[in-house]
Amino acid sequence: MGSAADDFDETERRRRREADRPSSLVARFGDDQPLRLDGGALLSPWQIAYTTVGKLNADRSNAVLVCHALTGDQYVASPNPVTGKPGWWGLMVGPGRPVDTDRFFVICANVLGGCMGTTGPASTDPATGRPYGVDLPLITIPDMVRAQAALVESLGIDTLFAVVGGSMGGMQVLEWAAAYPERVFAAVPIATGARHSSQNIAFHEVGRQAVMADPDWCRGAYLEAGRSPRKGLAVARMAAHITYMSGQSLHAKFGRNLQDRERVTFGFEADFQIESYLRHQGMSFVDRFDANSYLYVTRAMDYFDLAAPHGGVLAHAFAGTRTRFCVASFTTDWLFPTTESKAVVHALNAAGANVSFVEIASDRGHDAFLLDEPELFATVRGFLTGAARARGIEGPAAPRIAGDAPPTQPAVKAVVQRGGGR
Amino acid sequence: MSDAATPSTRPAPARIRNDLRVVAELVAPGARLLDIGCGDGDLLAYLAAEKGVDGRGIELSQAGVNACVARGLSVIQGDADRDLAYYPDRGFDYAVLSQTIQATMAPKTVLQELLRIGDKAIVSFPNFGYWDVRLRLMFGGRMPVSERLPYSWYDTPNIHFCTIRDFVALCREIGATVEKAVALDGNGNRVPFNAPWWVWNLIGAQAVFLLKRR
Repeated sequence: MGSAADDFDETERRRRREADRPSSLVARFGDDQPLRLDGGALLSPWQIAYTTVGKLNADRSNAVLVCHALTGDQYVASPNPVTGKPGWWGLMVGPGRPVDTDRFFVICANVLGGCMGTTGPASTDPATGRPYGVDLPLITIPDMVRAQAALVESLGIDTLFAVVGGSMGGMQVLEWAAAYPERVFAAVPIATGARHSSQNIAFHEVGRQAVMADPDWCRGAYLEAGRSPRKGLAVARMAAHITYMSGQSLHAKFGRNLQDRERVTFGFEADFQIESYLRHQGMSFVDRFDANSYLYVTRAMDYFDLAAPHGGVLAHAFAGTRTRFCVASFTTDWLFPTTESKAVVHALNAAGANVSFVEIASDRGHDAFLLDEPELFATVRGFLTGAARARGIEGPAAPRIAGDAPPTQPAVKAVVQRGGGR
Repeated sequence: MSDAATPSTRPAPARIRNDLRVVAELVAPGARLLDIGCGDGDLLAYLAAEKGVDGRGIELSQAGVNACVARGLSVIQGDADRDLAYYPDRGFDYAVLSQTIQATMAPKTVLQELLRIGDKAIVSFPNFGYWDVRLRLMFGGRMPVSERLPYSWYDTPNIHFCTIRDFVALCREIGATVEKAVALDGNGNRVPFNAPWWVWNLIGAQAVFLLKRR
């Protein structure tokens, strides 16, 4: 029994080390290069942790930025140093995959406000020598993108061939295209929207309240107090997890099945498999994620409304854009339903933009964007192939067999990918 | 042979349907074009390759959209009745509606939208006044089902069939100028002579119209 608890502690210790000294690459920006935040503050010094896969070509024209979702990280296609799990989007990004690392130079950075090495609430505040905690200024999606833009610039890349991401990653993709239209040749926002809906804000608020109601949250100063609001964060994750799946997929997977028992216990144990599953999801999440980071990144999503600074007209955010867009949604995604993607598509149409849009039939809800969805891969591969042709660079390798299996490896079993991506 | 399964690297189809070829002939090189109901994207791919046309598409079926996007075309999933409203005025040189107007909920509105979005509209449709259709109705006494019109009345997506003369009347009603019209016979070949509308209405299995805003 004790050993399991020790494992959790060891995972959490590893993760806390990553906050300041990530295992990945990291770009540091000193006091002379402060980051201007939407909230009005100047952040300095600050750092952004990232990974790269593939080779940058001589023209520096084959760079693809992958933006991760809510609780993702920079380990898009390489093992996560905290959990040891494979990269969170290995089905999409890798050799022979749609975002083909044999052809593209792929960059993925931990978001601002995250906890895997980019400046966030778990990072040490150089002014005090203590973790920022909730003294870190609030972060927005445009702030995250501004930080990524500074990174991309520091890598000597003027124009990204593509920016790709799902969910919160998709919000960053849209923000990139709106804020830096000349620096994004192609944009692939998946299962996302140009603003967070009231319902989505509501779910996030439930999660934040669960964290803040945990006495171990210590008003945000739990790191110094040597504590951790594990229960609150686990409940937050449980609530959020429900929103990532469709009612259909939950029922297909768990139904009303009981967990290791013949009949209900007339008590409050996890009688049902779905309860046991959610508890497991909650507990394994708290090891790898910082509770304050969860508050910050959920808030960033809530604040996102791309049309707001453009007089409430989304089309104005994309006025005159020459970026090519490929928007994708999933039929059973109720967190970012197709209507949200279509609002983006209609705005792009109104702006005269070059846009493709696919609604993919899937019963897996929002999670589908991280899973083995051959239609999604075929769409992204086809889109990037066409865009690469227009850009004059080599596109992704053609799939050699029907569907979108990669040329060499068999498809990684989808369930392995769960957990890290969003 | 290795590229046999990679349409994405070979965008131009070697052959396209006859009615699409007629449509393609009406399009000026280098134009901006919106193809509504673009199917697998054959027309868009052909026009891009042969005439350097900057094309966009709208297609209802997911399979069609995926096929288009997978060959590098810019196509969105949507339909003529609901999605045209979001396009700006005169955003395109041509708005094309191939073999689709008879399947729309509101053909008149759709036609007006085409002429709002495009400087010109190209519309092709099966002619319900074709002699074969008339004979089947007259002597069979039932809604015609043929190779060209393969659906039974109860499961057809074609809810608004019209004849060539009906279409000409609608154009007049909405103030569209017919710049050019082509009738195709039962084999898909161009009817090679000019004739009054009532003749074309009898011998044309399909028609292709080039319309201009008046």
